Amino acid sequence: MDKQATRDAYGKALVELGSLYDDIVVLDADLSKSTKTFDFAKKFPDRFFNAGIAEQNMMGMAAGLAAAGKVVFASSFAIFAAGRAFEQVRNSLAYANLNVKICATHSGITVGEDGGSHQSVEDIAIMRSIPNLTVIVPSDGVSTRQALFKLYQHQGPAYLRLGRPALPLIYKDDMDFQIGHGIQLRQGHDAAIIACGAMVALALQAAEILAAEGIQLSVVDMHSIKPLDKDITVSLAMQTGAMLTAEEHSIIGGLGSAVCEVVSENYPVPVMRMGINDVFGQSGTPDELMQHYGLTVDKIVQNIHLLLKKKTK
Amino acid sequence: MKEITEEAVAITIEKARQMRRNIIKMLGQAGSGHTGGSLSASDIVACLYFWEMNVDPANPHWPDRDRFVLSKGHAAPVLYAVLAEKGFFPIDNLNSLRTLGSPLQGHPDMRKVPGVEASTGSLGQGISWAVGMALAGKMDKKSYRVYTMLGDGEIEEGMVWEAAMAAAHYKLDNLMAFVDHNGLQIDGRVQEVMSPLPIPDKFRAFGWEVLEIDGHDHKQIMAALNSARTVSGRPTAVIAHTIKGKGCSFMEDRVEWHGVAPKPDEVKKALAELL
Repeated sequence: MDKQATRDAYGKALVELGSLYDDIVVLDADLSKSTKTFDFAKKFPDRFFNAGIAEQNMMGMAAGLAAAGKVVFASSFAIFAAGRAFEQVRNSLAYANLNVKICATHSGITVGEDGGSHQSVEDIAIMRSIPNLTVIVPSDGVSTRQALFKLYQHQGPAYLRLGRPALPLIYKDDMDFQIGHGIQLRQGHDAAIIACGAMVALALQAAEILAAEGIQLSVVDMHSIKPLDKDITVSLAMQTGAMLTAEEHSIIGGLGSAVCEVVSENYPVPVMRMGINDVFGQSGTPDELMQHYGLTVDKIVQNIHLLLKKKTK
Repeated sequence: MKEITEEAVAITIEKARQMRRNIIKMLGQAGSGHTGGSLSASDIVACLYFWEMNVDPANPHWPDRDRFVLSKGHAAPVLYAVLAEKGFFPIDNLNSLRTLGSPLQGHPDMRKVPGVEASTGSLGQGISWAVGMALAGKMDKKSYRVYTMLGDGEIEEGMVWEAAMAAAHYKLDNLMAFVDHNGLQIDGRVQEVMSPLPIPDKFRAFGWEVLEIDGHDHKQIMAALNSARTVSGRPTAVIAHTIKGKGCSFMEDRVEWHGVAPKPDEVKKALAELL
């Protein structure tokens, strides 16, 4: 399977978009080589502005540029974009409902060796609580590119959560990405996995293994955390009666919480949340960290077995 | 260079007086809000809208308009007063300040009020918006200018200096920032709470052209506006020495008038002084 980091797909798609639309402006906070906005900066130097190591002002400048008619893509690492600049995102971008797309790379523990200080495991929770803000977590390079095109057309602020490591490509180029609509990748009636980001490919592998055991799973790529696809979530609860959520993010406030909110209010069934269990990350390779924090195919398989026991009780 | 005539000055002085009267009335009606800092800013804001800026109340989103961002957003009454006076919305609407469902929120909301260029109020953020707008003006080769006003307490926010650095870095000579230096913030005198002094030296060190004026002297305000137009390659900061509560003797330079609205008898007393 071919692999691509979502940040690499972002950098390439940004150049494509820049060639198509003159009103796009890109901002970065001294991380353009890592966030991959550097390619846009080289191609369109007049439409790229480095804010320096000043994320708060970057968001404020983004507001001013958007108020003057630009469509702004502002990038930094997730920990700084959603964390350091939270209140600027909230008050300058979302409250004013401006056309700024915050494209945050290096989310989650797969930041790796830089360690816990740089591993954002809270950003989905923080960002999804802000009114007006759309929150997207793509699972591969192809859907990242599609998401970016859709976000350009979308009126209003958005948070796009991207990652550092290369991920397997799940989709073909003609895939259909719609904000607010999860993508069902597999159908089965025993249980459902709702996953986002790096966990989608792992969920598909786990479903394959379980199918060999005779357990048939539905798997959904819930790239759109907000608005969440309520229809597919409720219908999967009805069809399967047991759900597992999987995300490279704290189990508090992220995809798992969003799914629980919908399921508990509409069609209560057992939901198991897989993610970072309310702890900070640490240094290590991305693979070692995914193993250490239990975000693996094996762990998904184990958890589905546990979940099915709960379901039959 | 625009000529500073006695007639022009008479007009802006009269507008500032009307604005102060409306500030007192709307705050008295609302029963809460920021009186002192709205009154200290009135003369500069009057000169901006009635002498300096090209804006069109009939077409508030005209792309070539000059833009004013009230970074010290808690002084919303001065902005509402000038926009109403200019004709962006009826003066009567000022009575709805801070009431449920009113466009006139406690802090300015650009989505609700025609003529409001930025949703501000969380201190330090408006100047960054102004930098972004000035940057867009440069990109689009537009001749519009961007003005912002900061409080002297507001510049204690670190973000202000991130924005100041960026404005100089990008050589934004189409940007002008006023510091309403009334010397008071909620908890006391600025130099006692967390001194931002000396303010001119700080902006100079960040690469700005710096002017110091009496922020209640309309000729000095106009001269500063003229002077900033001649500056090339860097933004201009105007440190405007002002008096909090200016125009109402019993409010002047009194910290307790930062975030308090006048009661009915105080409204009467204030209006009697603003005849």
